Amino acid sequence: MSSTFLGMPAAPPRSPYGTGNLRGEQKFPEAAHGELRNEQLRRNLGKATHTIRAKRLAVTGELPDWERLRDAGSAIKTDTMNRLPELLEELERRVTERGGTVHWARDGAEANEIVTRLVKATGSEEVIKVKSMATQEIGLNEHLEAEGIRPHETDLAELIVQLAHDRPSHILVPAIHRNRDEIRRIFLKEIPGVDPRLDSVPAHLAAAARAYLREKFMTTKVALSGANFGIAETGTLSVVESEGNGRMCLTMPETLISVMGIEKVLPRFADLEVFLQLLPRSSTGERMNPYTSMWTGVTPGDGPQEFHLVLLDNGRTAALADKVGREALNCIRCSACLNVCPVYERTGGHSYGSTYPGPIGAVLTPQLAGMHAAKDDPNSSLPYASSLCGACFDACPVKIDIPSLLVELRHQNTEESGATAEKTAMKAAASLMKRPKLYTKAQKASRAGRLLAGKDGKLSHLPPPFNGWSATRDVSEPPKQTFREWFASQEGQAELRAAAPQDDEGEESR
Amino acid sequence: MTEHAHGAGESASARETVLGRVRDALALAEAPRVEVPRDYRTGRTLPDDDLVGLLTDRLLDYKAEVRTCTADRTAETVAEALRAHGARRVGVPPGLDPGWLADFDGEVEADSAEVPAPRLGELDGVVTASAVACAETGTLFLDGTPRQGRRALTLVPDLHVCVVDRSTVEVGVPEAVARLVPERPTTLISGPSATSDIELERVEGVHGPRTLVVLIRTDV
Ligand code: SF4
Repeated sequence: MSSTFLGMPAAPPRSPYGTGNLRGEQKFPEAAHGELRNEQLRRNLGKATHTIRAKRLAVTGELPDWERLRDAGSAIKTDTMNRLPELLEELERRVTERGGTVHWARDGAEANEIVTRLVKATGSEEVIKVKSMATQEIGLNEHLEAEGIRPHETDLAELIVQLAHDRPSHILVPAIHRNRDEIRRIFLKEIPGVDPRLDSVPAHLAAAARAYLREKFMTTKVALSGANFGIAETGTLSVVESEGNGRMCLTMPETLISVMGIEKVLPRFADLEVFLQLLPRSSTGERMNPYTSMWTGVTPGDGPQEFHLVLLDNGRTAALADKVGREALNCIRCSACLNVCPVYERTGGHSYGSTYPGPIGAVLTPQLAGMHAAKDDPNSSLPYASSLCGACFDACPVKIDIPSLLVELRHQNTEESGATAEKTAMKAAASLMKRPKLYTKAQKASRAGRLLAGKDGKLSHLPPPFNGWSATRDVSEPPKQTFREWFASQEGQAELRAAAPQDDEGEESR
Repeated sequence: MTEHAHGAGESASARETVLGRVRDALALAEAPRVEVPRDYRTGRTLPDDDLVGLLTDRLLDYKAEVRTCTADRTAETVAEALRAHGARRVGVPPGLDPGWLADFDGEVEADSAEVPAPRLGELDGVVTASAVACAETGTLFLDGTPRQGRRALTLVPDLHVCVVDRSTVEVGVPEAVARLVPERPTTLISGPSATSDIELERVEGVHGPRTLVVLIRTDV
């Protein structure tokens, strides 16, 4: 424990209610209900998640030490959380030594104010932005607009979402719910001076975005970014990307402002050797993403000569105060868990109502923003937006045990909402959880069966990595239903409905 | 008390509050110290031919163009690459060996911090060296030293010819990262820029150079 600690520790606050983008308007089942009818969304998502999944399996399978890298990544993150105070102070010291300025924000509103003040001080009325989940979480764009500053998203998908006055639906491919004809129409309507003969060939659409954004890159004096990693030892920040818009934003403007969640810090520069293998392979299924930028403070004669780092709490310390839940802070935002999640594939990202969708969103959002901040808080339904199949845990490069976190959050939810029938069910679940072998077996059995069952619900053979497992263990009979059938079934609907406390059958169905 | 830089109007209290919350959180949910297992592969080496072969394979896979030559044919090969892409006006970082452009009959402009970065868009291409390369991932590392130039130079022009010396090629990511100098502005490049944002269809070349030519010098 830190020597400066005095008195009784107080539970850190969640992200304040009514701010930012960590809460939807509807509970998950209702929100999902609308999205489930969206055929195009389902088709696009199905194609995207399956394609990325196959690529991910191919490139992670290439590395014989993949599991050892996951173990290292997981341990580095856990160690980071244990030592967060000293690491944040070290990061601050290093960035400051190298000519940067570090700011601290207790919540999203404070971060928004800091950024706005910094932008105004430059005299610029517009900013270019690299895709960043932290700035989306705090609603920075909306705040800037209200203050008379125009933010330009520069990631192609984020640009599409912004021009369409829409919300992102996937961490990695935020515009996956839009098809090419829609994107063409959006560009024709929203990009000033675009060639009216623009067709819907993706390369031509990308070229139109390139031409539009190039002018912004060359003339805008301020850029805003997030950060994938912040190295305490050296003060180095890093942004991982594909299109080159990140390099543009990090290189061309006079002023750079980066907003980073406090959990993104890493102890040592050498830790990048682990995360630069885990992240691209898990995220896009590439051996390496096209571009990664690293910068340390300010470099004379190269890039922005003014650099600000805003360190953001906004509920992260509340998550850290939860022994079980804190594991969600280890997330490196690769989106692998989204791509393997049968619920996400079916409902899309918007149903989660938060910047963070999918399995990670279901465990992170309630911890950052709480589940009972208001009557019928939509976030109380998120821990139930899962069949606990365990595919996310298998896919996660830092081995976050999302199913256990979901169970823990369901438990906390019932404790808080006081639904007794659910409490009983949770006790049963908890006793299963206390017997790791039995639990793992139950998980694996249902997971293997569900994952491998085709559209028709038939299980043909076990592909790697499951074949190794099935050869050495007794395979329980897999569930008779595919996830799709399960979701449509009474049982599935009941489980999702159980999320709603006003429902009288508020009991876990399994 | 240490000194901390804060923007005008910002008190130190946000900093103290956040750090206080972090300490409180750790006190409320104390966790055992963890040892980080680092038994993943490090310190790997490969025979020269295999190393160059692996790098070439990975670069091609990411749609870079690869040319291989010996040091004495550098100027010739650079000129060939530039000609093949129709480059007439080429930028170079201030510290690049002028001999590398000796066979090129177009215009060569040495970059400096005084040139406004948007003007780099007038160049047809740029020729630079590189700091390190990672064979397993097909990644080039640029670190802003005088043979590689400032970051804008290899970003704004549409063609990047990057010279990689055999001695700077490492097998994997850990070996390559170990050779970096953290404080230098570093860019990792794996093929030309790309997006899959529209219906997941890959489009090469969005904002960075649309063409990447890697020239591997096998005897340096
Ligand atoms: S929880 Fe794991 S798999 Fe999901 S986005 Fe985070 S790091 Fe990736």
